[in-house]
Amino acid sequence: MTTSHSLTAERLTLGYGDRAVVESLDLAVPPGKITVIVGANACGKSTLLRSLSRLLKPREGRVVLDGREVHHMPAKELARTLGLLPQSPVAPEGITVLDLVGRGRHPHQGLFSRWNDKDDAAVAAALEATQTTDLADRAVDELSGGQRQRVWIAMALAQQTDLLLLDEPTTFLDASHQVEVLDLLTDLNHARGTTIVMVLHDLNLAARYADHLIALADGRLHAYGPPAEVLTEDTVRTVFGLDSRIIEDPVSGRPLMLPIGRHHIRPQPVSTPD
Amino acid sequence: MSAPAATRTSPKRAARDLDSVIRDVARGRRRRASRRRVVLLTLAVLVVAGFAVTLMFGQTFYPPRDVIDVILGEQVPGASFTVGRLRLPRAVLAVVAGFSFGLAGVTFQTMLRNPLASPDIIGISWGASAAAAIAIVSLSLGRTQVSALAIVSALAVALLIYLLAFRDGVVGTRLILIGIGISAMLESVTSYVLSRAAEWDLQEATRWLTGSLNGVTWEQTLPALVAMAVLTPALLALSRDLSMMQLGEDTASALGVRVERTRVMVIVAAVCLIAFATAAAGPIAFVAFLSGPIAARLLGPGGSLLVPAGLVGALLVLVADFAGQFAFDVRYPVGVVTGVLGAPYLVYLIVRTHRAGGSL
Repeated sequence: MTTSHSLTAERLTLGYGDRAVVESLDLAVPPGKITVIVGANACGKSTLLRSLSRLLKPREGRVVLDGREVHHMPAKELARTLGLLPQSPVAPEGITVLDLVGRGRHPHQGLFSRWNDKDDAAVAAALEATQTTDLADRAVDELSGGQRQRVWIAMALAQQTDLLLLDEPTTFLDASHQVEVLDLLTDLNHARGTTIVMVLHDLNLAARYADHLIALADGRLHAYGPPAEVLTEDTVRTVFGLDSRIIEDPVSGRPLMLPIGRHHIRPQPVSTPD
Repeated sequence: MSAPAATRTSPKRAARDLDSVIRDVARGRRRRASRRRVVLLTLAVLVVAGFAVTLMFGQTFYPPRDVIDVILGEQVPGASFTVGRLRLPRAVLAVVAGFSFGLAGVTFQTMLRNPLASPDIIGISWGASAAAAIAIVSLSLGRTQVSALAIVSALAVALLIYLLAFRDGVVGTRLILIGIGISAMLESVTSYVLSRAAEWDLQEATRWLTGSLNGVTWEQTLPALVAMAVLTPALLALSRDLSMMQLGEDTASALGVRVERTRVMVIVAAVCLIAFATAAAGPIAFVAFLSGPIAARLLGPGGSLLVPAGLVGALLVLVADFAGQFAFDVRYPVGVVTGVLGAPYLVYLIVRTHRAGGSL
């Protein structure tokens, strides 16, 4: 599977109504890598992701996929290359897992074309990859949060796009399900070379799973690059207005951020005991 | 979390052979497709049967032979008038109006993801009805002009509701509440117009208040029939995009649906369908509202409900009209019968969503 798609933003200015949320932003998504966008609440993370996937028209500048402006591409053609999982997708009442995942095939189907073997194969592969095969006949609204999120990811996988954007795929999940979802996306990236761009809230999980980290502050690109370079005490202060210590994560060797609040700070030893 | 961690997502879980999963997927799909075929076929047979019964039975019984002869254009003493001039246009309009209401209703309910969002609840049918009543009673216009005015008025009401409900995107609940308000306003306009028209007979008045098929002629039936023939394929062509929109606008858009364009085309087609049917039969109460949920019960979740809901609508109107004519001592217009059927469901729906803590 090809991983050579290039997705870039050029002088992108985005906003709702009169308010500009993202201003004059340049960005190149590294192909075949996992890119994670981090930033404070309302800094424009989701807005940026929406615009990269054509959901939001830029006020200025453009988003370019393989040399073509995404807002001018035919909708279905774009949807065969670039998939998006929004933050809180809605499942129709009572819909089964199999049905929902099958809807990911929409961009591959013509107006009256029949469902074919390729569609069955894509759905089956998506179910297997997300370990939701056993849930296939269950109703989506009966599932736990973690299962449901895996099902939505399965739907996005059935779309078989080389690029996949996800808006906070771990929100509302407990710790083990968060790790499960991020592991799944990493598997996908390793196995198929799928380029992944996602917004994550948790800085430490972002640093753990990202190949490439993008830190947004007030709608501007504050820093980008490998987590070890981006996640610094300076970045945390500028982006989140928070003092912190960065140490090496003993599990992964990636940076680990420890926030410094006003309470529960161990008094600094005056002199180190020999 | 009741499941032990090992069964949940153990990386060592034996991966199933992909081919067997593919077979399972294909089997699941075929099973659903065959249920769909059975339901569609049964509904179609019932509609045809209801249609035939409506043509044969009445004050006088005519055997199938006579009915078929009349349809083929032959002269049969008695039957040519009773079946050809009275029963046939009425039965055809029952099917056409029922199908149009059912199809347009489920289209709105699907698009706005709310069973209360059907055009008869949110005032669009009343827009057509009020315009038709004014056109006929106060302005004494001809059939074509009545249809045209009903359509313009229904579209205007749809646009008005849309504009009033629009604030950073349309929110279903606000749209429904605004629609219910506009619905009440238009209903009183209709009542007022009818009460002012002294020379107007009660039969026509009930048509615009509850919907009725009494005294229907070909002149009324044909425009609605043509509209159904043109608009049904148009909506069917949009049905896949429509079912993607059930997943929310962002997901639909990510799946390659042009959400804005689809929404406008769907609204215009569904509103025209409602307007033509209402101009002919009046706002037959609750048919648009009931057909979709009934079809959904029959089919189970998942597939497109457009055609099944249309067939359910046709069946509802056929049966309700037949029952209204012959089941009681008094003859009731079809809209009274469907109204009696629909009102409890409306109450049930509100109670249920209220209990679930949902806001409508």
